[in-house]
Order: sequence, then structure tokens, then C-alpha cells
Amino acid sequence: MEINARSARQWSRLGPRGIFGQAILAVAEEHPDMMVLSADLGGSSGLERFRQAFPDQFLNTGIAEQNMIGVAAGLAKEGHNVFATSFSPFIAMRASEQIRMNLGYMEMNVKAVAIGSGVSMGLLGNSHFGLEDVAVMRAIPNMTVVSPADCAEVVQVVRAAAEFDGPMYIRLTGAAGACTPVYTEEYDFKISKADTLRTGSNVALIACGSMVSEALKTAEVLAEQGVAATVVNMHTIKPLDTDALDQLAGTHPAIVTIEEHSVVGGLGSAVAEYFAPKSDRAPHLSIGLPDEFVKAGEYGYILEQQGLTSAAISERVLNFLKD
Amino acid sequence: MSFPEIDRMATFMRRKILDISFECGTSTHLGGGLSMVDVMSVIYGKVLRFDPANPRWEERDRFILSKGHGVLGYYPALLAAGIISEDTFQTFQQNGSHLIAHPVMNLDLGIESSNGSLGHGLSMGIGIALAAKRKGKDFQTYVFMGDGETNEGSIWEAAMLAAQQGLDNLTAIVDYNKMQSDGDSKDIIHVTNMAERFQAFGWHAEDVDGHDIDRLVAAFETPSPNGQPKVIVAHTVKGKGVPFMEHDGAWHHNRLTKTNYHAALEALGFDVPDEGDA
Repeated sequence: MEINARSARQWSRLGPRGIFGQAILAVAEEHPDMMVLSADLGGSSGLERFRQAFPDQFLNTGIAEQNMIGVAAGLAKEGHNVFATSFSPFIAMRASEQIRMNLGYMEMNVKAVAIGSGVSMGLLGNSHFGLEDVAVMRAIPNMTVVSPADCAEVVQVVRAAAEFDGPMYIRLTGAAGACTPVYTEEYDFKISKADTLRTGSNVALIACGSMVSEALKTAEVLAEQGVAATVVNMHTIKPLDTDALDQLAGTHPAIVTIEEHSVVGGLGSAVAEYFAPKSDRAPHLSIGLPDEFVKAGEYGYILEQQGLTSAAISERVLNFLKD
Repeated sequence: MSFPEIDRMATFMRRKILDISFECGTSTHLGGGLSMVDVMSVIYGKVLRFDPANPRWEERDRFILSKGHGVLGYYPALLAAGIISEDTFQTFQQNGSHLIAHPVMNLDLGIESSNGSLGHGLSMGIGIALAAKRKGKDFQTYVFMGDGETNEGSIWEAAMLAAQQGLDNLTAIVDYNKMQSDGDSKDIIHVTNMAERFQAFGWHAEDVDGHDIDRLVAAFETPSPNGQPKVIVAHTVKGKGVPFMEHDGAWHHNRLTKTNYHAALEALGFDVPDEGDA
């Protein structure tokens, strides 16, 4: 799967879950020990082609996420490279204690993949939203937490995850047709190494997942107002790239984090926790979803309602810089 | 190991349970530890394939103690089997020890899995048994559960999948002592007909007296028909062997005083240490 302007455009229409299915299909060729598990959402997780191509490496555990994580751990214990998938709340929260015991405590080589995190499940409502998942997953020792910025980065993350030995939570945000490409060429993706997409001296915008492209758009809007923004893709939320954070704090008078997650416990909290003990920290504005169950609607509608568009974000950033 | 030797191993384990429970000075899960001793002596004395000199041996059978609070019936079995040393065994419940009140995965000590919160072991056992089938390995996977533990929904999620996958290399054992943390199961979740419940989920079930070594050995040796996973429902007595602990919920988790320790030793036919020795 080559990353170029054309594929980025095509993949964007397919959306992260379709691309996840294609990416896992592509890497499975080189990983005969790979097992992909689904709690009866194989089709919804873009895994139908994988199931057909590698029937012996696919297992539908039934609608039973707790058991799926335990089975994943057992397979990993015996040397399999396991991807276990479901919708975000069902894997990150319903099976969180299984993830804590089996993946965190025992450090099993299982990647828990959350399809449709954030509010991309739109009209399915809060039962299907993944707004607390980062808070739960990053609180578990040994977990690596990654949230790719666009479909091309989904491909990069799947490649990297297949080579990574240890437990990982992969958070897929964004919806089919609603993913603005951030990357249109191959690049050097490294887990836990933030990627600086644009530099400016007035404010640092640190984003993850679907909000990286929105941060880039925000930087454009800010530029029109004479405000130069750095934009950083903090795709790995745990472990945080603290070297990048130190560098940003030393060179920018203000920091803004942007994420499609509750403002409680996500990227903003992780960054705030890192800066809290430092005396020379920059003021920090944390933008995300409020600590409440939000009204359901189409994906774009919810983002608009919750101020997660470049127009609303840039207004908040400008007000923050004025204070 | 011959049957009299298995019987002696069980007696040895009961003695060790009392000794370390008393010596550690903390409350321990005595009732459920004692109830599983005979089953464990059969598993480690007769059934399980392992190499005490090489606990990581690839071809070893896998054993998971899903009822994680049952370590009093587990560490003495590892000691009797020669997998852990007496020195290691004596660290039970010490600060920073590998051997604490719930098992922590440590392949060098023969401990396959971290457990403690209930309802996890069977799922992991399925993953291991599936991996064995995929690799064409003939090792067996054993998962030891408590009957109270079957209150957990994840057990039945796992039960469905194990049958669906035809895992005839997986054996679950239920320590069916009919008591749980807050007392008699009949007053909490009345788990009647444990064997029939598993059968209804597509398992082959063996219903046996969990203190009858001959019957236990036969149950383990009976092949599972039709590619089904097997469950051995071992009817046991909580606190077995120590009359004042038997069927008494107070001994689910309790601290052994010197008086109780001596009374228990006496009940098991051991000499009581002289004052000053203990």
C-alpha cells in the first residue's frame, strides 16, 4: 500500500475502518503468526476481505469482548501476534479489566483496535461513542496508546504495530468521507515520536487523531489573523514524546491541545500532567469534548456543535492568546 | 506417581498450607485452598506433563489457576512437584515476594498466568488451546476455576466459544465446594447442576467426588468425545481435612491463630509442636 496523493484521496473516502482492514490484509502476508479477532463486528471493522483471504488467521469470538481479550492473550502467550478489534467503548471500557490483567499486567503482545472512536458513530449515540477510552487505556501500565491522524497514518500504525512486541491500544477516529488527508507521501512514522507538520512562533497546536487535520486548518485561519502556529501530530498519547513537548514549551508562549475525546483524561490531560511540575510552563488550553453525554447526530454536526471545527477552534485560540 | 503417593502428596500439601498460613501471620484463603488439594495433587502428581528442571519447556501442559485466591492449593503443589524450591515457597506473603495471595505470571516458577480478579482464566486457556491446535502441538491446557467464579459472565462467554471451537485439548476443573466469599452459594447464586450447565453449553462433563483420587484420575483420563472441551466438576468440601473449617464460611479468608493451627495439625494427624518450637 503506497502512500501518495492519489491513495490518500481514495482512502479518505473509504475512512479509517476500511483502511484498517486493507492495511491488516497487506501486513498479514509478512506475519503468518498474526491472528485477527473480532467480537462479531468483522464486517463493520473492514475485516471481510481479511477473513476471506486468511480464514485460519481470523477468529470471530462472538459478541463477547471480555472473552475476546482473554483469548487474544492466550494466543499471544503462545507466540501469536494478535489484533483484537471492536467498537471503542466495547473494547476499551467493557473489556478494560481484561485489558488491564491480560495485556497490561502480563504484557501480552496484543493490539486492541478501537474502530469508530470519538463521535464517528454519529447517530448511533453515546452508547457507541469512544470519548473516555484514552483516559482508561493510558491509566493502565505498559499500554502504548496510539491515535493515527488520517488514513495514511492508519496504514503506518498498522505496519508499526505488527512489528511491535507488546500491548497497544490503537484508536481509530474519523469517518468515511470525512477524513481530510494529512499525509500524502511515505514518511518516517515512529511510535512515540511526534511529527511536526508546520512551524510558527506564536502558539503550538498539539493534536491527535481526527483533530490533526483540523489543527492544520486552524493554523491557516490563524495565519490570516497574523498568528503563526506550530502544528504537531501527537499520534502516540502514551508514552508521550516529552522531548517534543519540552522543545515546544521552550519556543512557544502558549500551548493548545486538540482532541476528539473528553477533556477528562485524554491528550490534554496527559500534556497537562507532564507540564504540571515544571515552573516555566506555558499556558495551556485543552480543547476536546465536554464532560457530558452530547447530543447525537451526523459526524460533522456533532463536531460543529461541540466546537471541534477549525472556525470554532481558531476563535478559542485567539481569545486564549489575548488573555 | 502411584495413588498412595498422590494421597501422600495431598497430605503434604495440607500440612504446608497450615504451616505457611500460620507463619505468614496474615489472613489467607484457607477454605478454598483446602478444598482443592486432592484435585491439585492429582493434577501435579499424575496428570500434568512438565519438567521441573525446565519450567519453560515448550511441550509442557499449561495449567492456569483461574480461581486466583486458591494459591494455598497451588504453591504447595508447585513445591511438591519440584518446580519451586522450599526457599522460594517460604517467601509466601513476604514484602516483594513472587508468591503472594494471587498468582503473578512467572514462567520460571511454573506460574503461567496472573490471576486474582475472577473469570479470566478460561478465556486465556482457550487462546492457548487454540494456539496449540494451530501449531499442531499435543500439549493440554487445564484451567482450574471456583464454582463461585462461575457467577462471572465471562466464564460463560468462554464456555460458548470453547465448545464452538471444538477444543478437546482444553480441560476445565470446577472446585465445586458450593460456598463463596459471603457464604453458601445457595443463598447468593444457586449454582445447581454445574455439570449439566456446561453440558448445555456443549461441553463433555465429568461429575466426580473431588476428594476421591481414583475417581479424579479416571475423570482426567477419560477422553472427551466428539471433539468437545471437558469439564471436571469436582464436588468438594470447603476447608476439607480440618473439621472445624469444613463447611464454615468464616474460613473463606481468615487468620490462623496458634491455637487453631495446633488444633488443625492435630485433626490432620500431625504432631503438634512443643511450646517454644512453633
